[in-house]
Amino acid sequence: MTAPLLEVRHLRVEFPTRRGTLLALDDISFDIAPGEVLGVVGESGAGKSLTGAAIIGLLEPPGRIAGGEILLEGQRIDNLPYEQMRAIRGRKIGAIFQDPLTSLNPLYTIGRQLTETILTHLPVSAEEARLRAVRLLQDTGIPAAEQRIDQYPHQFSGGMRQRVVIALALAAQPKLIVADEPTTALDVSIQAQIIALLKRLCKEQGAAVMLVTHDMGVIAETCDRVAVMYAGRIAEIGPVHYVIHAPAHPYTAGLMGSIPAMDGDRERLLQIDGAMPRLTAIPRGCAFNPRCPKATDRCRQERPELQAAGATRAACWWPADAPVAAASAMAAGASA
Amino acid sequence: MSTLVQVHDLAKTFDVSAPWLNRVVERKPRQFVHAVDGVSFSIERGRTLALVGESGCGKSTVARLLVGLYGPTRGRVEFDGQDTATLGDGAALRAVRRRMQMIFQDPYASLNPRWKVLDIVAEPLREHGLVAGEEAQRARVAELLQSVGLAAADVEKFPHQFSGGQRQRISIARALATQPEFLVCDEPTSALDVSVQAQVLNIMKGLQRQRGLTYLFISHNLAVVRHVSDEVGVMYLGRLVELAPKAELFAQPRHPYTRMLLDAIPDIHMTGRSRTPVQGEVPNPLNPPAGCAFHPRCPHANARCSAERPVLQTIGGIRIACHAVEEGRI
Amino acid sequence: MSNSSDSSSAGPAGAVAAVPVVAAAPGAWARFFDGDIWYSFRTSPVAIVAAVLAFICMFCALFAPWVSPHNPFDLASLDLSDASLPPAWEADGRAKYLLGTDDQGRDILSALMYGARISLLVGFAAVLLSVVVGVSLGLLSGFVGGKIDAFIMRVCDVMLSFPSILVALLIDGVGRALFPNAHEALAFSVLIIAISLTGWVPYARTVRGSTLVERNKEYVQAARVIGVSPGRIMLKHVLPNVLGPVMVLATIQVGQAILTEATLSFLGVGVPPTSPSLGTLIRVGNDFLFSGEWWITIFPGLMLVLIALSVNLLGDWLRDAVNPRLR
Repeated sequence: MTAPLLEVRHLRVEFPTRRGTLLALDDISFDIAPGEVLGVVGESGAGKSLTGAAIIGLLEPPGRIAGGEILLEGQRIDNLPYEQMRAIRGRKIGAIFQDPLTSLNPLYTIGRQLTETILTHLPVSAEEARLRAVRLLQDTGIPAAEQRIDQYPHQFSGGMRQRVVIALALAAQPKLIVADEPTTALDVSIQAQIIALLKRLCKEQGAAVMLVTHDMGVIAETCDRVAVMYAGRIAEIGPVHYVIHAPAHPYTAGLMGSIPAMDGDRERLLQIDGAMPRLTAIPRGCAFNPRCPKATDRCRQERPELQAAGATRAACWWPADAPVAAASAMAAGASA
Repeated sequence: MSTLVQVHDLAKTFDVSAPWLNRVVERKPRQFVHAVDGVSFSIERGRTLALVGESGCGKSTVARLLVGLYGPTRGRVEFDGQDTATLGDGAALRAVRRRMQMIFQDPYASLNPRWKVLDIVAEPLREHGLVAGEEAQRARVAELLQSVGLAAADVEKFPHQFSGGQRQRISIARALATQPEFLVCDEPTSALDVSVQAQVLNIMKGLQRQRGLTYLFISHNLAVVRHVSDEVGVMYLGRLVELAPKAELFAQPRHPYTRMLLDAIPDIHMTGRSRTPVQGEVPNPLNPPAGCAFHPRCPHANARCSAERPVLQTIGGIRIACHAVEEGRI
Repeated sequence: MSNSSDSSSAGPAGAVAAVPVVAAAPGAWARFFDGDIWYSFRTSPVAIVAAVLAFICMFCALFAPWVSPHNPFDLASLDLSDASLPPAWEADGRAKYLLGTDDQGRDILSALMYGARISLLVGFAAVLLSVVVGVSLGLLSGFVGGKIDAFIMRVCDVMLSFPSILVALLIDGVGRALFPNAHEALAFSVLIIAISLTGWVPYARTVRGSTLVERNKEYVQAARVIGVSPGRIMLKHVLPNVLGPVMVLATIQVGQAILTEATLSFLGVGVPPTSPSLGTLIRVGNDFLFSGEWWITIFPGLMLVLIALSVNLLGDWLRDAVNPRLR
């Protein structure tokens, strides 16, 4: 077993507000192995973007890490001073955000932004940096890279810009890429191209990816493992095939069932009644218990830790014990 | 089955030229965007037609043309046999307005943040004078809210006190206030989480069954479209390229763009399948390609495709605009 | 995201219902005091001090006839032997005239209050008129667009290129020429119009910008689909949503309007001499400055500064409090 690239242990992120302190991430723990693609999926308010932000060290104040550790290659990065974190960002961790429009500085050419990143982190000359930049652009599929490298971001279309952002993230050859909804703002056909590109490039460079998104389809196509988040906690984590087709946690099962599928015809989509609790009103015990068809008293009192359940780990006292049967019972019509 | 809505050669062109002074000084030409360029379809009573396509294809513009938010540059819209352009400004127009309503995409912008839910949902009632008296209005609003799964007590609240899914339900309640027959839904669930989307879609399907509503459903999400529609129309750069019953379209997509779209969708139940790589991006609508708008990205394009624009015709039971299909090449 | 307990979301098929907690909707005052703006107010010492000061000034001004120790305009109560007395804490001062008297025996403190009354009256009236004119034109401009919009904006540009004092002087001068023996009310009206005529442009521009944004929002489109007339949409839907920045501007402009009026009165073309405002008092007192009777002009000046400062500080606080990005 190779040592994990990224270890997150019992991470807690809180937001002090005038109405009290809100716990946005509550005891999150997971690992990412080198070269692995981990998906982090959840609905609005589950805390997936916060997890990514905490790892990169870009939590917006007054949010702050209140507990736990984040280790990159065995070293703690959550308590580093600003300058040291800045050195790590870009060199060891690359970031891709949702909006390609605002990810690039509109006042500088993309060539300048690329070479600046390369020069900051790698000990190469300016000419070498430019050569690498051109090669990066070619790798990301931008035609006529040698000419386009001197253009400004507004001269590129949305999909092209996201490719530039990917090039920028990979420029200093980081070991880990944190991608926060990289394809949500793009058209469907471009999404497919960008996902394929991300997968290919990261594999070539041996970079691990933490892909944060709400789109289960993207996760299914790209990831090796996936973590499902709910109300600031991880509900289930495991290999992507099992989480999707044989989910152990009732929330995951409900989520998979409520996604309209391209195959099969259902009159009614499976729906989970109610909505994710707000940070100010997270229920005692298991956060999902008010909406869970299997909830018992124990669920209402004790918060479950992640425990093995079939091929995945689920934070549930009653994970589906026969995963395949449970999956087909709950998500009628979905293929296993 | 009678036809409720019929659209003939509908077109809408927007003038996006630079201001007059800039044009004179910089010698720029006038620029037009043909957001919708000759679209024809019909919707039967009680059925759902979905229009799908990527950004810039004109589906939202079609929705707005149908409800009268824009006037067509060309073509006509017929509602229940009546040409909407001939309705004038008076009672006839109001009567038609009562019978068709719209649901919008953004749950946060489609409700006036300063108005109470009561006033928001009662506005159509008051505007058309359907219910007189405050008490009666309040009762009717409570009834409407309950029909979409909200509580009667919610009438006193403000929109910011509700979640995205609940706001969308309020929008649906407002749209149903005048008991319309036809609902135009512009990406109603695109801004919602998956589980919330499921709730809203279930409500919409339930309402359709109960009240015999006719829907025009705009979306870019083919999986959602598959769930709600009876017929599907695929649009590209303002033109309708394929129009077929749902089962046919998903089982056997004919048009190369439809095939490309279906292939590109990441789907949770088809993990790890191989895909034919997709080429190119949607071209700039200011400068659409000549002939068939899709030909630069089409693996089956020939000389005719770059010169002649294909016409929407009925081939093999579906309507399709493609030279390759017409010539039997694919 | 919502604040409600999501209990009210059972599907129409009557699926699993959570505990129905129906919180009574809080009244408007309760909402206000619970809100972010009030919180921002009570945690900002500057805002509280400014508000207290402004309140005191306005209270004195409003209730001058009852609050002031003397009535400086009642000729019968004046005593020439009390003329030119320094403030009470000086050697020759008297406690009866706290801030001293002027050359006619009028109590400065009382004159301050009456003067502030006039100044505030003119200031508020001018701002009110500016707001009404500016917001209406801005709303019209943003909503209707096209040539009307272009015309109104060009008028704004022209108005902005004139210094406000000059415009006020011009209007006032014209007014006096037209109505040489003007009734007091007319003189006031001309003055108020003169000041507001230069102040409406920022409102028009701000409201126009906000209107352009709101006009494209879906709730406006929904109203159009329902069939609501454009006028009603403008007034009932758009207007409530564009008034926010107007409040901030108006607060700050009150200070400006008062200063403009003081300037005009100082120059002698403001309020009629029978109703002296703070500006008039400053001008009149100016003549005595060099003979050592400094209190006649300094105190009105200080009062003016106090009012303008407190109003400006309040306006600053308000602008930051309602700015969602700073919260």
